[in-house]
Amino acid sequence: MEYAIELEGLSKKFGDFTAVSNINLNIEKGEILGLLGPNGAGKTTIIKMLATLFKPTSGFAEVWHHNILKEQDAVRRSIGIVFQDSSIDTELTGRENLDFHARMYGLSKEERGKRINEVLDLVELNDRANVFVKFYSGGMQRRLEIARGLMHYPKVLFLDEPTLGLDAQTRHRIWEYIKRLNKAQKVTVVLTTHYMEEADYLCDRVAIIDHGKIIALDKPNNLKNAIGEDVISLQVSDGGKFSDILTKFEFIKRIRLHDDFLFLSVEDGEITIPRIMRLAHEEEVLVHSVSLRKPTLEDVFLTFTGRTIREQEASAKEQNRMKAKASMRMGGKR
Amino acid sequence: MKLIDFTAIYTIWLREMKRFFRARSRLIGSLAMPLFFLVFLGTGFNAAFKFPDLPPGIDYIAFLAPGIIGMVLLFNSITSGLSVIWDRQFGFLKEIMVTPVSRVSIVLGKTLGGMTTSLLQGILILLIAMGIGFKITGVLGFLSSVICMILIATSFVCLGLIFASIINDMQGFHLIVSLFTFPIFILSSALFPLERLPLWLKYLGYINPLTYGVDGLRYSLIGVAHFSLTLDLFVLVCFCTFMICLSTYIFRSVEVD
Repeated sequence: MEYAIELEGLSKKFGDFTAVSNINLNIEKGEILGLLGPNGAGKTTIIKMLATLFKPTSGFAEVWHHNILKEQDAVRRSIGIVFQDSSIDTELTGRENLDFHARMYGLSKEERGKRINEVLDLVELNDRANVFVKFYSGGMQRRLEIARGLMHYPKVLFLDEPTLGLDAQTRHRIWEYIKRLNKAQKVTVVLTTHYMEEADYLCDRVAIIDHGKIIALDKPNNLKNAIGEDVISLQVSDGGKFSDILTKFEFIKRIRLHDDFLFLSVEDGEITIPRIMRLAHEEEVLVHSVSLRKPTLEDVFLTFTGRTIREQEASAKEQNRMKAKASMRMGGKR
Repeated sequence: MKLIDFTAIYTIWLREMKRFFRARSRLIGSLAMPLFFLVFLGTGFNAAFKFPDLPPGIDYIAFLAPGIIGMVLLFNSITSGLSVIWDRQFGFLKEIMVTPVSRVSIVLGKTLGGMTTSLLQGILILLIAMGIGFKITGVLGFLSSVICMILIATSFVCLGLIFASIINDMQGFHLIVSLFTFPIFILSSALFPLERLPLWLKYLGYINPLTYGVDGLRYSLIGVAHFSLTLDLFVLVCFCTFMICLSTYIFRSVEVD
């Protein structure tokens, strides 16, 4: 199996700060790989090294069999990239932006015309192609950037936080484009994100990155299954009694009791709920409510790092403010 | 990677042209100031003072006009470096830098773009000056003045690119640019002849490359100048070559984040 991208011991230091630390990773041709982690985890730095914008401090990588240090030109021709912040000339029209890109990559006149229409089709921007980009919405700009990244038939497309700051509806649309281009254009996609749903929905494999290291790498489902069980919560008439009955059953791994609330850790929630309902009926325990919670990547992240991704995201200032509030609250209780 | 990629140079130049012709208000704004200089300062000084070194038949306005063209070229060329700072601020520089195009070609494209816009403004101010009564020596003079304009513009576009490579923020850029442009402008014989200055100022004027630019323009347009046109062109070509090399060298180390 030949890989689209191979990273070997890739590291990047900025002064004393290690942004990326000794990363080994093979990315398969045709897959969508997600780099998931909080802001400042080193995701963007990895992408910039692979795109030859940063030189690694140590280690090396190959993109489509081209060394990122020795064959920059070949690497640049094999990749397309959509940056985290907009990188479009808003004083030009959408078509002119694409045309600029195509010329810089040396596409011939016929190729340019044909390809511009193709990529515009893909992101459904044909009707806005001749409008100045300054009149585009944020989502449209993003789509144009994705289209531009595809102009020169890249083998690998890097997407750095492709849906950052977009509303839910636009986000879903962009996800569809990414899936479509991955299939139709056979492009290997490497994307960074700190949205759990995005990694879960889009990616064939997810690498969880924290403090510049990969701390977990697998299919989203495997990651979720690895950390755990589904949790069924029940509100019943007699929690104590029902809890004693349930402890006898092996398919229930753990039980937590909270007044009349029961939290059951189980392997396969959907199949287990009917069995519990039957048991409750037989034992004449009244069930008021039931809910099932399946593990998310958020839980995966929590398990591997001991924090939620949102806690990490909060800036130092916010954290201080939260701490101050928390201590005030505690002071009040005392 | 081809060191000199003509398609890429043309592409970058084309974008600069599109942006230039779409910002008409900026064009008008940039021409207003030199026109005020030419008309108000020219008329005022002509009426108030008698310049002793002016040859017969040349009034102050005729002396001033080539200087004002030099000023237009200087100011517009240096500030064209702003386009790099804009591109960096709006992220477009990343798009340029990640393409498989050599840094040399990127600098050359930017230089060519800035030079063309400055040149157009220089020619425009010359035509306006001619429209309000400035007489030039002839077609040959006009052509040789265009060559001077190209050399002046290219040199100072490169200087602007060098500043833009080193300075990342717009305020800083403006500060440094005005720190440089005003002495260069005032000590270039654009407003007054250098002969009667104190020695140290005169030498400062003589090491100022724009002095030779303005002198070349003056020779081409009104037929009277301090140096010979050969010397003017020689100095301009040397300076221009040096600036192109220096700006390419410095731009190579530009990083985008």
